[in-house]
Amino acid sequence: MSILGTRVVRTEDPKFLTTGGTYTDDLVEPALVGALHLTLVRSPAAHGRIVSVDVSDALAAPGVVAVVTAADLTELAPIPSGLPMFNPEMLRPWLASEVVRFVGEPIAAVLTEQRYQGEDAAELVAVDIESLPAVISLSDAASDTTVLFPAAGTNTVCTFGEPTPADFFDGCEVVVTQDTVNQRVAPVPLETRAASAVWGEDGRVTLWCSNQGAQQVKAQVSGWLGIDPETVHVKTPDVGGGFGAKIGADPEFALVAWLARHTGRAVRWAESRSENLTGLVHGRGQDQKVTIGGSRDGKVTAYALEILQDAGAYPRSGAVLPTLTMLMAPGVYAIDAVHASARSVVTNATSTAAYRGAGRPEATAAIERAMDVFAAEIGMDATEVRRINLLAPFDAPHANGTGATYDSGNYVGALDTLLAGADYAALRSEQAARRDREDVRQLGIGVSVYVEITGAAPSGTGEEAQVEVHADGTATVLTGTSPHGQGHGTAWAMLASDRLGIPMDKITVIHGDTDLVPSGGGTMASRSLQQGGAAVHQAAGELVELARKRAAEVLEANPDDIVVDAAFGGLKVAGTDVGVTYADLAAEDALLVRTTFTANAPTFPFGAHLAVVEVDTGTGKAVLQRVVTVDDAGRVLNPLLAEGQRHGGIAQGAAQALFEEVLYDADGNPLTSTLADYPIPSAAELPSFELLDMATETPMNPLGAKGIGESGTVGSTPAIQSAVIDAVSHLGVRHIDMPTTPEKVWLALQAAAGTAAREGAHA
Amino acid sequence: MDVTMTVNGVESTRDVEARTLLVHHLRENLDLRAANVGCDTSSCGACTVLLDGEAVKSCTVLAAQAAGSEVTTVEGLAAADGTMHPVQAAFRAEHGLQCGFCTPGMVMATVSLLRDNPSPTERQVREGLEGNLCRCTGYHNIVRAALAAAETQKPVSA
Ligand code: FES
Ligand code: FES
Repeated sequence: MSILGTRVVRTEDPKFLTTGGTYTDDLVEPALVGALHLTLVRSPAAHGRIVSVDVSDALAAPGVVAVVTAADLTELAPIPSGLPMFNPEMLRPWLASEVVRFVGEPIAAVLTEQRYQGEDAAELVAVDIESLPAVISLSDAASDTTVLFPAAGTNTVCTFGEPTPADFFDGCEVVVTQDTVNQRVAPVPLETRAASAVWGEDGRVTLWCSNQGAQQVKAQVSGWLGIDPETVHVKTPDVGGGFGAKIGADPEFALVAWLARHTGRAVRWAESRSENLTGLVHGRGQDQKVTIGGSRDGKVTAYALEILQDAGAYPRSGAVLPTLTMLMAPGVYAIDAVHASARSVVTNATSTAAYRGAGRPEATAAIERAMDVFAAEIGMDATEVRRINLLAPFDAPHANGTGATYDSGNYVGALDTLLAGADYAALRSEQAARRDREDVRQLGIGVSVYVEITGAAPSGTGEEAQVEVHADGTATVLTGTSPHGQGHGTAWAMLASDRLGIPMDKITVIHGDTDLVPSGGGTMASRSLQQGGAAVHQAAGELVELARKRAAEVLEANPDDIVVDAAFGGLKVAGTDVGVTYADLAAEDALLVRTTFTANAPTFPFGAHLAVVEVDTGTGKAVLQRVVTVDDAGRVLNPLLAEGQRHGGIAQGAAQALFEEVLYDADGNPLTSTLADYPIPSAAELPSFELLDMATETPMNPLGAKGIGESGTVGSTPAIQSAVIDAVSHLGVRHIDMPTTPEKVWLALQAAAGTAAREGAHA
Repeated sequence: MDVTMTVNGVESTRDVEARTLLVHHLRENLDLRAANVGCDTSSCGACTVLLDGEAVKSCTVLAAQAAGSEVTTVEGLAAADGTMHPVQAAFRAEHGLQCGFCTPGMVMATVSLLRDNPSPTERQVREGLEGNLCRCTGYHNIVRAALAAAETQKPVSA
């Protein structure tokens, strides 16, 4: 029986459980012994002109080896924006010298012999900043009243699509518009960013860093430093979470490498949580205007989405993520006319970039909210409106009208499975009973149906894998994907074992070392299994072919008669006892295959989520009681790992719906710069999750697998937001922005009561 | 100042700065790097160790305060023959970890929780682990692991 599809516990775990992983700040490499510690002096102001930076006191502090400012870095060109559609005047300096544009922007680098000395010395760097007006709200940014880059002449980074045509909703019986906020959230990988670098006598730099893809870091850092890529050896040891925020190099990594060369010493850096919450990229950050039109019997015929995207102070990938939101705008629905457009603007906050789902949760949140407001307007059950508009099941590619071609889908099936599994009818009657008795604690039920796009990023190209069987009968798999909790060590060994017939415990999976694995796209966009895993599957298959040919020669048999025999540890002539082991074949000549798997197109996992919340109408507090999900990611390799991905995603989606929001005051001071202020949920705030299974295979790869890493955030967020609103909808509330905090819910209830009272007075 | 403590059964004395946090003492002076630093506000629990049997966040304790104490980290939890502690084994069996960064702290917090309450309900586990954050697992499997470990630890009744 094939090992694929079975619940294999992770081979990675014993290490993490008994001695802890080896994260970048844990490294005790000989080359790093005696390394200098880097402490960055970061801007305390959101927007201001730097009058002076005085490092003299810091230089005199104990243990200080160097203090570096922008004046020392003139040999480095500014960090390129990387994308041609960006306004070219919005470049980020390595260290700010003239203007600071967000609290947390690096101004000076302090290098000390010991860790604590760095914090002491950093406080002695005297930075004089003359403040400029801060731009935090997206509407302020779009107004261009204060322009962050005067040379750019505008705060607009880039725009996508045309404005919605004036006659777009002509002919619709009902048209509803809702402004929604998809708030700025912090990824909060539990391991903050860290990097270490040392230059060898061979003129090469070894850079260890916490990242989702070593190869991309190598390309970027060498490019930024203006050195031959082959000079840079990047290693990503164990990585304590990424969630998209650790895609690509951060400027700090290149700075660590440059400082190591500048001082001739090894340098190590590990940021604090406060630096992480203010200086690492954030996710989401869209103000959306959704307009939906159709007929009173529930058919939606037109949908428009207008996006204003917060790019943060220096444009990074966040500025282009609206293109993914636009691509996925119609979601799971058959809507005749869909229009989407976007504009990205700079603000005085840290840059936005990918965060679990990256552009797709925003699309789902928008269309699902639109479906709810449409249902409320025509007085129909929200699941009924969805059912009326869902695309019929398909297994041939389906163009969605905004540029995406869905591979396979059964959205009605997902919704039916969900509603039956969660006992939707019983939930509605419980809700009705509570409404009847005017219970203080009202029940809310929210449903979302989603489709997302996975696997394409970063380039839509292929992924390499190498499989080698050694003379001792063990095998090594090299992969360019880069796990940070996903369990590729287990999963890729399963894939190789399945084809080679070599037991998993004899297979080693290696990743995250650019000398050993020179090419790879990294782990992001839920691409790993469908690209990297498929490459391992293919490489192992090719290796078996090679072994069969060689075995046929050795055994003087027809290659077609040669079969893998796992118990024997090699290949045999079918139906006989004549065979040759892998070990013997490998002893003769290298048994190695390196191959590239190229997926022709992305895949489109889908599903449906249902959330039940209890809202205290006295306090506005919403408590999440149940989350039931159907997440269809095609064929599942290891249900244990897939479920873990779903759980984590659901929790992060719930966090956005209920708790998390990066806040700045009007002057751009962060109000959520520690984990005491930024409320990532603990176990106490979440329920256990109820997962229902469904598997619609994709034709896009031989595994039939779609991505699963982000489904949880895509599907759960709108279901939970919707549940909170649903709990109080009978009291006249139609919309509450995320996070649906007690304050927001309470204010919405007050506003609804006020409206009801006024209407009563007028009646 | 000289600080002596017993960590995972081994006594050691080191000269440390008075302000040295226990977590940094463990990590940098004693080379026990499983306890992780995940925050600067005693909020995340990644640094949780047992101090004289009680779970503490080792980033809120000075090394000097732990002088004369017994400290247990996840490195000292498995039996001498390498057999994992029931909590460690349950975390593995239930897939209670992904990136692993919260794991040493989460395991130590769970050990302490089950010592205080050997048969907790799901709600009690959730509230008992409130001080330990995990960004990867959604806690679902951590809670299951804690409940499963409670089952295995239960004395078999005759
Ligand atoms: S590092 Fe100790 S609680 Fe976060
Ligand atoms: S497993 Fe990654 S933070 Fe818990």
